[in-house]
Amino acid sequence: MEVLMAIISGILFMAATYLILSRSLIRIIIGTGLLSHGAHLLILTMGGLKKGTVPLLGENAASYTDPLPQALILTAIVISFGVTALFLVLAYRAYQELGTDDMDKLRGTEDHE
Amino acid sequence: MSWLHLAILSPFILAVFIPLFYKNFRRIHTGWFVFPLPAVLFGYFLHFIPMNQNGDVYTKTLKWIPSLHINFTAHIDGLSLLFALLISGIGALVILYSIFYLSKAKEALHSFYVYLLLFMGAMLGVVLSDNLIVLYSFWELTSLSSFLLIGFWYERKKSTSGAQKSLVITVFGGLSMLAGISLLYIITGTSSIQEMSSQIEVITSHELFIPALILFLLGAFTKSAQFPFHIWLPDAMEAPTPVSAYLHSATMVKAGIYLLARMSPIFSDNAVWFITVGIVGSITLFWGSFSAIKQKDLKGILAFSTISQLGLIMSLIGVGSAALHYDYLDDNFYVIALTAAVFHLINHATFKGSLFMIVGIIDHETGTRDIRKLGGLMSIMPISFTIALIGGLSMAGIPPFNGFLSKEMFFTAMTNVMEMDIYHLETWGVLFPIIAWIGSIFTFLYSIILVFKTFTGAYQPEKLAKKPHEAPIGMLISPIILASLVIVFGFFPNILAYTIIEPAMSAIAPQLVQGGERFYINIQFWHGLNLEIAMTLGVILIGILLFVTLKKWTKIYDLLPEKFTLNNLYNGLLKGIEQGSKSITSFFMTGFIRDYLVYIFSFFIVLVLGTMWAKNAFQFNFSNVAPIGVYEAILALVTVAATITTLLSKSRLTAIISLGVVGYTVALFFVLFRAPDLALTQLVIETISVALFLLCFYYLPQLKRNKKLTFRLTNFLISLGVGVVVTLVALSANSNRLFTSISEYFLKESYREAGGKNVVNVILVDFRGFDTLFEITVLGIAAFGIFALIKLQLERRNENEKQ
Repeated sequence: MEVLMAIISGILFMAATYLILSRSLIRIIIGTGLLSHGAHLLILTMGGLKKGTVPLLGENAASYTDPLPQALILTAIVISFGVTALFLVLAYRAYQELGTDDMDKLRGTEDHE
Repeated sequence: MSWLHLAILSPFILAVFIPLFYKNFRRIHTGWFVFPLPAVLFGYFLHFIPMNQNGDVYTKTLKWIPSLHINFTAHIDGLSLLFALLISGIGALVILYSIFYLSKAKEALHSFYVYLLLFMGAMLGVVLSDNLIVLYSFWELTSLSSFLLIGFWYERKKSTSGAQKSLVITVFGGLSMLAGISLLYIITGTSSIQEMSSQIEVITSHELFIPALILFLLGAFTKSAQFPFHIWLPDAMEAPTPVSAYLHSATMVKAGIYLLARMSPIFSDNAVWFITVGIVGSITLFWGSFSAIKQKDLKGILAFSTISQLGLIMSLIGVGSAALHYDYLDDNFYVIALTAAVFHLINHATFKGSLFMIVGIIDHETGTRDIRKLGGLMSIMPISFTIALIGGLSMAGIPPFNGFLSKEMFFTAMTNVMEMDIYHLETWGVLFPIIAWIGSIFTFLYSIILVFKTFTGAYQPEKLAKKPHEAPIGMLISPIILASLVIVFGFFPNILAYTIIEPAMSAIAPQLVQGGERFYINIQFWHGLNLEIAMTLGVILIGILLFVTLKKWTKIYDLLPEKFTLNNLYNGLLKGIEQGSKSITSFFMTGFIRDYLVYIFSFFIVLVLGTMWAKNAFQFNFSNVAPIGVYEAILALVTVAATITTLLSKSRLTAIISLGVVGYTVALFFVLFRAPDLALTQLVIETISVALFLLCFYYLPQLKRNKKLTFRLTNFLISLGVGVVVTLVALSANSNRLFTSISEYFLKESYREAGGKNVVNVILVDFRGFDTLFEITVLGIAAFGIFALIKLQLERRNENEKQ
């Protein structure tokens, strides 16, 4: 199972990198979204995918899944959501002000070099 | 704080008050406030002479950074005293001269004297410091104050470029020296010269000895304008003439010589030292005197003459180190080279100082320094002519002046080289006297040109900017004193020999005088016919012959085209470095964000794969993995399909929706992997995110909506690399679990300690509540940021107000 999840994470990272390298601002943000999905799945996988009950103590099971990676992912999800939301609004404002979402055109002027 | 420390620091203290004197006493020339200090210092240093003659040294320590063994230790021995006397004595004369040279009304005198005092203090610090770090600090301060003084007339382009050049070259040397100091510190564990001298055996047998030696030599050669680093000195002639007289003839350029002499006990018993110092000195001697002849500017001639004479002293120090190979003092006639070096050092300071001052006077009274415009000034400026004649003939090595004596000793020392039986000198050693002799012919020639082209020949009043007349007496006092010293030292050289030269030599070559011995120098044997006299006669005869036929052979200077000069090389080097770095920067700093991301990802791939390969981390162990269930397999397929759709979609809408699909399958994965809180959060957040994406999408431009993503092979390869690296790292890490998780504790204690059964939530708000606190902060900041981005549109508001 871990091998499969590692490969899926790899594919997510690959797609994310490819999108981040593109010219369009919105594709770059989509890429960051895929990247955070990949990272979250990777954290979960690295915590071990051994079967166990959900980490709710009322279940009275013999074994539970590892709660720590879940807590870490929960934090990460919220943070990446905040960042993505900010990026999206930034992209929206950038397009509104500059009239383009092409990264090759968003280079600054020669004076700024 | 001893009197000696106060003496070193006094110029700095006075420098603080100079602007006050300048502003409050406008009617008195500021130089008069400065003049007493070097005069008093000179008197103070004189009183060390009796102590010095007995071979005693005087050391005082002031703690600076004791934890690093860096203390301001002032140390006076023969060598330091010689230089301290030169600095304070000529300093006093130069300040006296500058009072009459610099106009009270036109010049920024406060800046001038502040820089000059900084320089004087720094120079005293260099020669009186025993600690190499302190010495280095003062050393760089001399470079800096020299830079300020050369660029004194900062509105002139030549001044600033000359100042820049001298700073670049001398600081290059200074930093090399710092490296050398560090190496010596590594070897010996101390930065005190005296303590190093007691560990000579340790130093010479250490593998870092030769690098340290070469780095020190670089420092000395750049400061003392040795070939090929001499190019800054002629350009430094843009400084006011008192500065040229003080810094660039008598003191700063001799700091390199001081350094060599000071480090001589440690380094000199070595072939590299002998060969490098001897040969570089000889080349400089020849090249400086040869180049001096083509100069048209009087100060240019003097600059190259200084270079040449410094080369002479340098070569004598190099050759003098041979004396150490013959471990006896009596009958060690190789010692003569060191004597000649010290003696000529003093002589050069006297005659070169006076010549610079005379050139300054000529410039001041005629308005030009161009030798082609000058001539026939003998009857108009008789006193200046006399002084110039004395200085010039002394420089040329004509009896009865002091230059003659040191030149004879120089010839003796150089002819001695042929009799040495070390370093195969019996074969190539003959080059030393030959170069010395040819260099002396050119020296004679430019000295004659300097004096006679200026003061004799046709008087050309129409070419001069001013009507020339004799200088005011105040301006003449200093050169008269120096010229008198030239004569006094010429007739009575032994005043110096017993008081100054002998102790200085004991400091340069202490190995020779162990066990209470002392040098016994007697500069009287210059009567008598010998080889040196014959060489001098040859110099005079050939020199006069060349002077008479000057016009016929000076064409050889045109043979060397401008392209191959060292100045051109230096300028090309600077330009090349500047353009090279600019083109390198503009090559990789393209301004395209994609390029930077490509660098970052490529380095990530190369570094991680390289490390894994180097550490042999490709060891996979699948014994510990969980089995793959049906649902997981289906979800995996969906995820991959959605990802690829996102990647290849032609429209953005498809990409956003398939991103949402990926998000929901991730949420389903969370369900399958027993993470209910994650699944809930993921579902909600993915919904909001997709909504946000769609919102943006709605506002995005129409024109490129369906543009196909341009396929780039590099992008594909790099992203493939990133994916593979992540998978490999994950597999490798998963195969090497080193210890069990700490989650057992959370599961066990969650209810007992925290009173909660949802372990994930207990971790979030109880065990690791701080993470959550700042995660909330992040969300808050993001919310404020979004609000500000949308609400605060300053530019537009300004535009509206304008309308």
